[in-house]
Amino acid sequence: MIRVAKSAASLGVFILLWAAFVQFSGVPNYLVPSPLAVGTTLWQVISDGSIFKHIFTTVFTAGVGYLIGAGVGLLIGSLLAEFSIADKLIRPYLVGLQSIPKVALAPLLIVWFGYGLEGKIVLVVLMTFFPVFVNTVAGLHTANKELIDLYRASSASRLRIFSEVKLPTAASAVFAGLEVAVVLALIGTIVAEFVSAKAGLGYLVQVSSTNYDVPMMFAAITILAMLGIASSKLLRFAHMRLVFWEGPRRNNDY
Amino acid sequence: MTAASKPNVLPTPDGVQSSIRMDDVSLVYKSGRGNVEALADLSLDLKEGEFLSVLGPSGCGKSTILKILSGLLPVTKGKVLIDGAELKGPRGDIGIVFQQPTLLAWQTNLQNVLMPVRASKRPTASDRERALKLLELVGLEEFANHYPYELSGGMQQRVGIARGLINDPRVLLMDEPFAALDAMSRETMTTELQQIWMATNRSVVFITHSIPEAVFLSNRVVTLSGRPGRVVDDLTIDLPFPRTIDTMSTQPFNEYCHHLRALFQAKEKRQQP
Repeated sequence: MIRVAKSAASLGVFILLWAAFVQFSGVPNYLVPSPLAVGTTLWQVISDGSIFKHIFTTVFTAGVGYLIGAGVGLLIGSLLAEFSIADKLIRPYLVGLQSIPKVALAPLLIVWFGYGLEGKIVLVVLMTFFPVFVNTVAGLHTANKELIDLYRASSASRLRIFSEVKLPTAASAVFAGLEVAVVLALIGTIVAEFVSAKAGLGYLVQVSSTNYDVPMMFAAITILAMLGIASSKLLRFAHMRLVFWEGPRRNNDY
Repeated sequence: MTAASKPNVLPTPDGVQSSIRMDDVSLVYKSGRGNVEALADLSLDLKEGEFLSVLGPSGCGKSTILKILSGLLPVTKGKVLIDGAELKGPRGDIGIVFQQPTLLAWQTNLQNVLMPVRASKRPTASDRERALKLLELVGLEEFANHYPYELSGGMQQRVGIARGLINDPRVLLMDEPFAALDAMSRETMTTELQQIWMATNRSVVFITHSIPEAVFLSNRVVTLSGRPGRVVDDLTIDLPFPRTIDTMSTQPFNEYCHHLRALFQAKEKRQQP
């Protein structure tokens, strides 16, 4: 409760400072709108329902791309960590692909996949794949050698060693990758929507920019910020719940 | 908590004699920078139910012996025989306890004890019952459904010992199991290990750096030379069981320790000309 109150107070102070700045700095309203103007715009698009189409499009694109990208990252990461031959064959290409700033591919992907959601999802997949992939490989390699020896001495199968020792060991690292990837998923979606879209929050920012509708831009950005915070919080919550054995008061130094 | 009052959960199989033998075993680690000979012509003979300690300087291949006996490391030369059959790979009936507890942090203590069972089959109700009995043997029955992070280091190591015993092993291999504990827990664990050993009648190969610990626990103490490891001394400890803290201050106990210490000092002098 106290934490919520503190956050609310901090937000209130911020909005007051913002309002004071707009009021007294002399910066024209069409460049920096007052909190009230942004609030009114937000209220308007929510009450007439016109914003939900954009939110849905962005969340859908980012979500689908994120799930595919993270899933493939986990899969290929596991494959490369487990089979050195796969590592030798595939890794050079991945390193090459990783060195490309993925947003530069957005226009190309539009050419290839058209104006629909496919190209945008592909961009999100490319952006979210790497952090999950890299952390999966690193996490799997930290598995305790003696534990693996113990499983091998009990004639356990490779799959069992993977699922009972390596994967749980890697879980925390994988979650760290997932947390980085969720932010990248939103960035990828917005960039793709800048390049070409008929809906989405990125599209809304773009269109409002051409119309000099600065309050609308602020409203869209506010919603994006809230989406980002919510998804990060959700992931951190899942992380704490699923990787329950790692925490500040855990006696885990063995 | 005396040994006699403990349930005998692991009865000795009938009619099994001298069970584990290493015959002229050599082991060479091959690496890019040349070969390292860890063991040379090592012979060991472990009798049924015997507690055998292996002492030796660092890097003498003590842990290599455990890896060989657990079937994880094929020997370069020589033979390992278990009940007369040559050891060709992991058998699944060898218990291992490491220096660190090496537990699965994401599983309860009971699930951890059952781990070697789970490696090859689905644990049955009787497996679970055995696991609970073993947890009782190491004094942790009330922590069966807790997680390892809720236990102290000594308690975690006891879960490790219970896990080592779950498959009714032919031999329990222990690699400096108390080295990571503080001095107080170490003494407690040493006496408790003796009670566990007496209650279970298992053969134990116990690797240690501590001379008093070896003398206190063992029927026999084998001392190895520095790399490559060879047996330089094979000492039978003829003291009655159960041994207590008082045993440690008796004349014969100290003479055994003195004898072993003298071996190490003579060796150090030889190594520093």
